[in-house]
Amino acid sequence: MAVLLLAEINGGELSADQTGKAVTAAKSLGDVTVLCASAGCADAAAAAAKLDGVAAVLCADDAAYGNGLAEPIADLIVSLAGDFDHIVAPATSNGKNILPRVAALLDVMVISDVTGIVSADTFERPIYAGNAVQTVQSADAKKVISIRTSGFDAAAETGSASVTSVDAAGDPGLSSWVEDKVQASDRPELTSAKVIVSGGRGVGSEENFAIIEQLADKLGAAVGASRAAVDSGFAPNDWQVGQTGKVVAPELYIAIGISGAIQHLAGMKDSKVIVAINKDEEAPIFQVADYGLVADLFDAVPALNDALG
Amino acid sequence: MKVLVPVKRVIDYNVKVRVKADGGGVDLANVKMSMNPFDEIAVEEAIRLKEAGVVSEIVAVSIGVKQNQETLRTALAMGADRAILVIAAEDVHTDIEPLAVAKLLKAIAEEEEPGLILLGKQAIDNDMNATGQMLSALLGWSQATFASELAVEGDSATVTREVDGGLQTIKVTMPAIVTVDLRLNEPRYASLPNIMKAKRKPLDEKTPADYGVDVAPRLTITKTAEPSGRAAGVIVADVAELVAKLKDEAGVI
Ligand SMILES: Cc1cc2nc3c(=O)[nH]c(=O)nc-3n(C[C@H](O)[C@H](O)[C@H](O)COP(=O)(O)OP(=O)(O)OC[C@H]3O[C@@H](n4cnc5c(N)ncnc54)[C@H](O)[C@@H]3O)c2cc1C
Repeated sequence: MAVLLLAEINGGELSADQTGKAVTAAKSLGDVTVLCASAGCADAAAAAAKLDGVAAVLCADDAAYGNGLAEPIADLIVSLAGDFDHIVAPATSNGKNILPRVAALLDVMVISDVTGIVSADTFERPIYAGNAVQTVQSADAKKVISIRTSGFDAAAETGSASVTSVDAAGDPGLSSWVEDKVQASDRPELTSAKVIVSGGRGVGSEENFAIIEQLADKLGAAVGASRAAVDSGFAPNDWQVGQTGKVVAPELYIAIGISGAIQHLAGMKDSKVIVAINKDEEAPIFQVADYGLVADLFDAVPALNDALG
Repeated sequence: MKVLVPVKRVIDYNVKVRVKADGGGVDLANVKMSMNPFDEIAVEEAIRLKEAGVVSEIVAVSIGVKQNQETLRTALAMGADRAILVIAAEDVHTDIEPLAVAKLLKAIAEEEEPGLILLGKQAIDNDMNATGQMLSALLGWSQATFASELAVEGDSATVTREVDGGLQTIKVTMPAIVTVDLRLNEPRYASLPNIMKAKRKPLDEKTPADYGVDVAPRLTITKTAEPSGRAAGVIVADVAELVAKLKDEAGVI
């Protein structure tokens, strides 16, 4: 059995974390060939070749692949699909954008957000915002699956797979890139951080979010947010954790001024240790928290900052 | 320009989901059902485009059981002009897979010839996040997923997408498939007069056979289980105790 795995590449740079975790999940299915599709993909391909568990790397270098547009990248994958039984990608916004398109072109049903691989044709995935876990068996000739990476270990970087160039598959010219608005940050990525400090509506304003960020920086943590905090403009959209945001499972998740709606829990309830700070002792977040502190966050968070020195 | 808006009937997002004791799925009997929240946003966006004079007609489509009529009536009460219901299942527990839904929508799109199809980015029941992308592939149309801003300008549209790194803006040629994210708009509530009016708007009933589409599932659900739960921990008295616990007991800081 052979696996074609679409690497997560942004701005020409490989996400070794997201790609590597997907490789960890997929290697039980067979030899993993990683596809790097980008404009100038040599660096990403070289980085992918180092990931443990990768048998080979394909590099498709074309301007059409530079901005993650779904149509040309899906066509590329379909042009290569003949040799593979499984087509896999991490369930990032890129993976979710591209894989269902690939599946439809191959006339197979996509299997999204896989959290467990039972066998070559049977997979576990959460449904209903993680309120149930479904096991599904696919009758399709090829399996097209995206991997929810939060449950898999990152791959070590001691490998040395060979890199081969492949031809581009052309650009149907249906869409074009205009701009990316990406905030540069020195903090760890939400999806790979060991510690996450998240703020909710209770934080009250964008200015007040500074105390959340200060605590995060003290702990070397990434910053997260609830949907309400993002909707209210306290935090950017890429900080959202939950059913429709990022799914995270850090060692420590600190939820501050977050009530614990099911849609938020969907994104963080597999964290190893959960801390909740909320002034309402009835808040549902306390039902999943290992350590709860019933307090006004404007007292507790500065005190926590001080206590951490 | 005509807009097609597919809407799904799902368990209401406020309802606590219960897995059936026999592992045979989620219990949907006597449970409050509503329009998928993302689809409400798609309907709202179509109405705003109509109010702005960009769109002339809004056709809402639902695929599922007979009871999806209610979901379509909601779309009509919000402001859709007419509706098509494809009755593809009898049991409310049967979930038609995104691939089959996309095939039905493709057939409907070929009949209706819309300039734009607006869909929710995912359904909150199966959380697949797939139908729009699949439909776009089958039609060979442009694809813009996870939209938080949409501007239609003649034969193209500019779409801002919520992506992992922040926001991405792309330009798509029309006809286009756009899947909508939560921050695109805030859907309106239907007023009572509009709910009354919606009862008289046309609602066509069809079957998959009318479109020559096989809706047999490709995936067999072998088990549905409760996720491994987590128990509530302890309430600490103050910040000092919290820090001590995190250092000494949990060892995470
Ligand atoms: C389809 C759909 C998808 C969704 N996806 C997501 C998602 O991905 N992620 C997500 O987070 N949500 C999501 N939601 C929204 C979710 O249902 C909740 O509305 C949201 O999570 C609430 O955010 P919150 O906890 O910050 O706000 P609230 O529920 O308003 O809670 C604020 C909390 O702050 C506390 N508080 C207030 N002031 C203070 C203070 N001074 N000190 C201490 N505590 C204080 C309050 O006691 C309260 O518990 C989704 C909803 C829908 C319908």
